[in-house]
Amino acid sequence: MNYNRRGFMISFLAPAIILYSVFVLWPYINAFYISLTSWSGVSANRPFVGFSNYADLLTSGRFLEALGRNAQLLIVLPLGALSVALLFAALFTQGGTGILGSGFYRVVYFFPQVISVVIVGILFQYVYNPRYGLLNEALGFMGLDGLTRTWLGDGATILWAIAFVFIWSSIGFYMVIFIASMQSIPTSFYEAATLDGATNWRQFRDITFPLMWETIRTAMIYISIQALDLFVLVQVMTGGSFSGPQRNAEVAAVFMYTEAFGNSQWGSAAAVGVILMVLTMVLSVVIMRVTRREVYEY
Amino acid sequence: MSSTPTTNTPTPIPAIDPEPSDEPKAGATGVTAVGRRHGPGAILYQVVSQFLLLIWAAMVILPFLWMIMTALKSDMEILTDPFGLPERLLWENYERAWTTANIGSYFFNTLFVMAMSLTGTLLVSAMASYVLARFEFRANRALYLLFSAGLMFPVFLGLVPLYFLMDDLRLLNTLHGLALVYIAYSLPFTIFFMVGFFKTLPGEVAEAAIVDGATHYQTFFQIMLPMAKPGIIAMGIFNFLGQWNQFLLPLVLISNEDRYVLSQGLNFLAIQQGYNSDYSALFAALVIVMVPTLIVYILFQRRLESGLTAGALKG
Repeated sequence: MNYNRRGFMISFLAPAIILYSVFVLWPYINAFYISLTSWSGVSANRPFVGFSNYADLLTSGRFLEALGRNAQLLIVLPLGALSVALLFAALFTQGGTGILGSGFYRVVYFFPQVISVVIVGILFQYVYNPRYGLLNEALGFMGLDGLTRTWLGDGATILWAIAFVFIWSSIGFYMVIFIASMQSIPTSFYEAATLDGATNWRQFRDITFPLMWETIRTAMIYISIQALDLFVLVQVMTGGSFSGPQRNAEVAAVFMYTEAFGNSQWGSAAAVGVILMVLTMVLSVVIMRVTRREVYEY
Repeated sequence: MSSTPTTNTPTPIPAIDPEPSDEPKAGATGVTAVGRRHGPGAILYQVVSQFLLLIWAAMVILPFLWMIMTALKSDMEILTDPFGLPERLLWENYERAWTTANIGSYFFNTLFVMAMSLTGTLLVSAMASYVLARFEFRANRALYLLFSAGLMFPVFLGLVPLYFLMDDLRLLNTLHGLALVYIAYSLPFTIFFMVGFFKTLPGEVAEAAIVDGATHYQTFFQIMLPMAKPGIIAMGIFNFLGQWNQFLLPLVLISNEDRYVLSQGLNFLAIQQGYNSDYSALFAALVIVMVPTLIVYILFQRRLESGLTAGALKG
């Protein structure tokens, strides 16, 4: 029976382990090594250059500018998405009598998450089109012609236009999570507070918010990682080229892609990947530490 | 697919929540008892809330409606009258998208890849998760952590070496190669979830089967796997969405336009329209690609949401 058992276990674990090791683990490990070379991909010759790729990147204006944009997104995306998601989640669950049509709203708000980012990106390219796009048309329709812009053609607006699309598609996702978290708080807490004369706002601030803090923390980390790693949306909405005004949308991940597949600077690209990974981990730890609070058992 | 941000599948967020108590939760009634209001206060709240919520709902729906409407217009109409209704419903836009713009072939490429990758992901994950969940051995914990760690690493870290690896294996530009990669990158998330799921299944049934003389293989395929259907379906849905929408991996690994999958095909199409100006076909293509996800979403929306929040609450 023992032999049977071992053979069984191995045969069942093997496919997963093999696939994972070959296509996931090996490339990850290899990336570290490649980042220490100045390989251009064609020759078998991979000159070892130590950390010079990293040095070049960290002194390169262009890469640092790209990271700077990620940093800006790190502030804007959580602020935009999480606050609105929190607001909506509160509206749904904290109203006392419920919201009419909450089922409908949830289905609608979550939908953009399910659609391919590519579709969303292309769709909004046309929404933002200055001459015949939905946004400028709608603004004109409402008499707000002064607010029209060449959203994706203007260096000052392009990054924020893309950021808005990201927020637009993420709100439903975070809202759903927040609602679930809020709904797991026992009603007796609220009943007791109401009996004591607490207003809705006080109850939200002193009951709801602290008790769902763990969920908010997790959401903050998740969206921060997305802000650092943002790629597909930017790539699609800019068509992959970053000269002229589109340069202002160049974030770290698309910079890496261009380095690899545009400039064949594989070593440098791999180094960008490693840097981003390290930043992601550091950021997660920092957020975890900074947001640490007493955990309320209930 | 994996839960790294490069995909856009909604994934359960593991969170550490305090232990649930037995008290009645707001979830039971759907609404908390906060400030149960009556009279004008309640009505004002409803009105203001509905106003805000409706505005946002409009902002979500409007681009999609516009997209569907535009897909039925002529190019002239798109350029001159973006807000108006189409004069005639030009269903031939869809036909053009399917044939001339190659959405048809991208569609079949995607189906081909998905047939392999979806079944592969579910089967391989179920097998590995079953062993990890129900069998004790020294490497168990380490293996589980190894797979789970994959959730934390961004996909693009390994992208460059992966490209060359596939080249060396002669799997570059092949659909079956892409399927293998999809499976590999879906393993962390799927195994992570399925292990938890298998642990909730009762062990007595399997033990009874073994006592009765069944082999482990028989026990798995004839008893445990059927019992695991809900979890497998949930993972099937998540992975379907993630793999259908996957963009980065095919972008890097498939360079032959004949072999494009839908997401990169769409992107290619959009870039081309800069020159061809067949906007109506492009919009029709967008609608075509959106429809399957829309159907899956409408059918499985409840499951998606509960699967997503299950991780957020139980931790």
